[in-house]
Amino acid sequence: MTGETREQFKVLVVDLPAGRGAITSLEGRDSLAGGSGLTAMLFDRYGLPDRPWDDPEQPLIFAIGPLTGYFPLMSKTVCAFKSPYHDQYAESHAGGRSALSLRFAGFDALVIRGKALAPSCLSVGSRHLELKDVHFLWGMDLLRTGKMLRRMYEGSGHRSILRIGPAGENGSAMACINVDTYRHFGRLGCGAVMGAKNLKGIVILGDGSSPLPEGKAYPKLFTEVYRKMTDTDMMEKYHNFGTPINMAILNGISALPIRNLQKTSDPGIEGITGETFARDTLLRNAACAGCPVGCVHLGFVRERFMEENRYLYRQVSYDHEPIFAAGAMLHVTNAFSVLTLLDTVEREGLDIMSAGVALAWATEALEKGIVTTRETIVPLKFGDETAYREGFHHLGAASNDFYRLLAQGTMKAAEHYGGADFACVLGQEMAGYATGEVFFVSQALGLRHSHLDAGGYSYDQKDKEPDVDGAVRFLVQDEQARVLLTSMVSCLFARGVYGDQVLSDCLRSLGYLNLADGLGDVSRNVRKLRWRTRLRTGFDPRTVSIPKRFLEVETWRGRIDSAYLNALKDAYAGAILALGEEDA
Amino acid sequence: MKILTAPRMERCIGCHSCSLACARLVHKMLSWDMAGIRIASSGGLSTGFEARTCLACLPAPCAAACPTGAYAQRKGGGVIVRKNLCIRCGKCADACPVDAVFLAPDGEPFVCIHCGRCVVYCPHDCLELTDVGTEGAEESNARESAS
Ligand code: SF4
Ligand code: SF4
Ligand code: SF4
Repeated sequence: MTGETREQFKVLVVDLPAGRGAITSLEGRDSLAGGSGLTAMLFDRYGLPDRPWDDPEQPLIFAIGPLTGYFPLMSKTVCAFKSPYHDQYAESHAGGRSALSLRFAGFDALVIRGKALAPSCLSVGSRHLELKDVHFLWGMDLLRTGKMLRRMYEGSGHRSILRIGPAGENGSAMACINVDTYRHFGRLGCGAVMGAKNLKGIVILGDGSSPLPEGKAYPKLFTEVYRKMTDTDMMEKYHNFGTPINMAILNGISALPIRNLQKTSDPGIEGITGETFARDTLLRNAACAGCPVGCVHLGFVRERFMEENRYLYRQVSYDHEPIFAAGAMLHVTNAFSVLTLLDTVEREGLDIMSAGVALAWATEALEKGIVTTRETIVPLKFGDETAYREGFHHLGAASNDFYRLLAQGTMKAAEHYGGADFACVLGQEMAGYATGEVFFVSQALGLRHSHLDAGGYSYDQKDKEPDVDGAVRFLVQDEQARVLLTSMVSCLFARGVYGDQVLSDCLRSLGYLNLADGLGDVSRNVRKLRWRTRLRTGFDPRTVSIPKRFLEVETWRGRIDSAYLNALKDAYAGAILALGEEDA
Repeated sequence: MKILTAPRMERCIGCHSCSLACARLVHKMLSWDMAGIRIASSGGLSTGFEARTCLACLPAPCAAACPTGAYAQRKGGGVIVRKNLCIRCGKCADACPVDAVFLAPDGEPFVCIHCGRCVVYCPHDCLELTDVGTEGAEESNARESAS
């Protein structure tokens, strides 16, 4: 591998109205690595901070990292866009086959600009670029769309199919982009960005190849890393029960959001723990391409469609977050009911976490008389699977003014109808951890408003005394370590294996010598650039507020300490401003 | 004589570790295609995966079709590959009844040589290097087919 090509990013920039693309080579590898760093750099170049998210010129960006495909679990793609949720810069991450497909298509990033003239599907590969009119798929649910696209394009197994459902077409700020059936770019509404571009699907053909470095060093290192992923118990958690193992753990320490966060523990959770799912519903496992761990757990739903014992069944992927959102939060405590709801949400092309938390709020709003069934159409009731099936459909279809507004974000609906106190929103609809002050602040202010921005949920569980400075220091440092991985772009489940030394060895074995030597600087650069990009699009961490419901939470440590929470919020906001304002 | 078989594909999680290992170790490439084994979903991800790989036919139609002897009959089934003899005419790929020979864009054919290097990378033990003696052919019905 020679130096020149390695050091530049190869980016395919597609102009949708023209149905054409251009390859651009960009400097920046040594300072930004790829992934999160690359998307921020590309948004700097192609994004329009002052124009709204649905301006046709706003870019939709997908990027991978220098180790993608070369090492195990380097299996994710970063999607960046201006979010319909808050009209600010946002990132969402997904796996499936998207990352390896981009690698084999030969690009470090794909940038999509403009709006297609008709509902279209874009397909790209190492020797291929085409925009197809697919107006006949517009309005079709997400699963059926996937089936149709699968039939329309070649390359089964060696390609990635990204698509949206009705929610994305409707401009819902909760619309996801589905990747290869079981994975998602879930958060902050990137599905709507595709919809606004008249893009129903994107097919990435992984049909190219590249030579590997000469000598034994690279394959030897690969095998060492691979063995760590498969032979040691490091990944057991993800392999065995998967992330749903958290359901019982969090419930046990009174840190699981239940019934719109009115409770944090409930014996009924027994019906939807990871153990229950594995015992009763697990059909099989699947993996992202390039990942031997195979954390994807597939359960099934079975439906009687005729009196005479006629059944159909479908496979549904589950994880901790979906079970929290469609189960605990709605107090649906039967595993099969949860899977049925996940299947419904999937068809609409909604982000399950946002959709579940939104309906949890709507249910409480209905209980309290803030809204009536004139708004909710169905009598939403905690625990009522049938009502929620309809509710999710209305949310995806934006059936009336209420659902249209709710689909823009729970807080938007609460501002209009009232009930902001009990909206479980931390920047966006909360993730499934009610561990305490550090997590609440971390998600509310974090760049992705995600539980994965930093390990605040684990800091809370270490049972420390309130310590504002210590907690802020932890959040800032942990974020820096994570952005290094999301610039590579590794699955965050592999963070135990990919320490700085291993990452640096991996890069060196492929000839990225400068990058291998400069990881400390790279992670600082990326963190700074991301925050600068975010602030430039209007984010002000000082104005973020944390709804009252979060102050009422009781965990195993007792009541939330609101003074601590507020002090932490102010201090972290200050730290973020400082990070983003430094000269870059 | 050993051949690669895929007797437990019901367990496959679609990680592609096997094909990436073949490309990496046998062909020194980063590729999904330049490999003796290729994994495809058998009709959408919900229906599981199939492995496309050489069945070690005896006689091998690809070897019979090759005009230069680049693909020659291997004892016990499959082919011996001599890349320096290959003129990239593509006849081997055309002749393969199960589409196990991949032709690169420049015409170079790739097929499994039954070395077994992929086997250890499968986390679910889907693959196996099976000893077929030298007769081979009689047993082929008992082997899990590639699809
Ligand atoms: S492509 Fe090469 S190996 Fe295949 S038939 Fe032609 S000469 Fe023989
Ligand atoms: S047996 Fe050898 S040649 Fe065949 S697929 Fe496996 S690694 Fe490749
Ligand atoms: S390594 Fe095993 S589980 Fe992975 S794709 Fe190959 S056969 Fe399937």
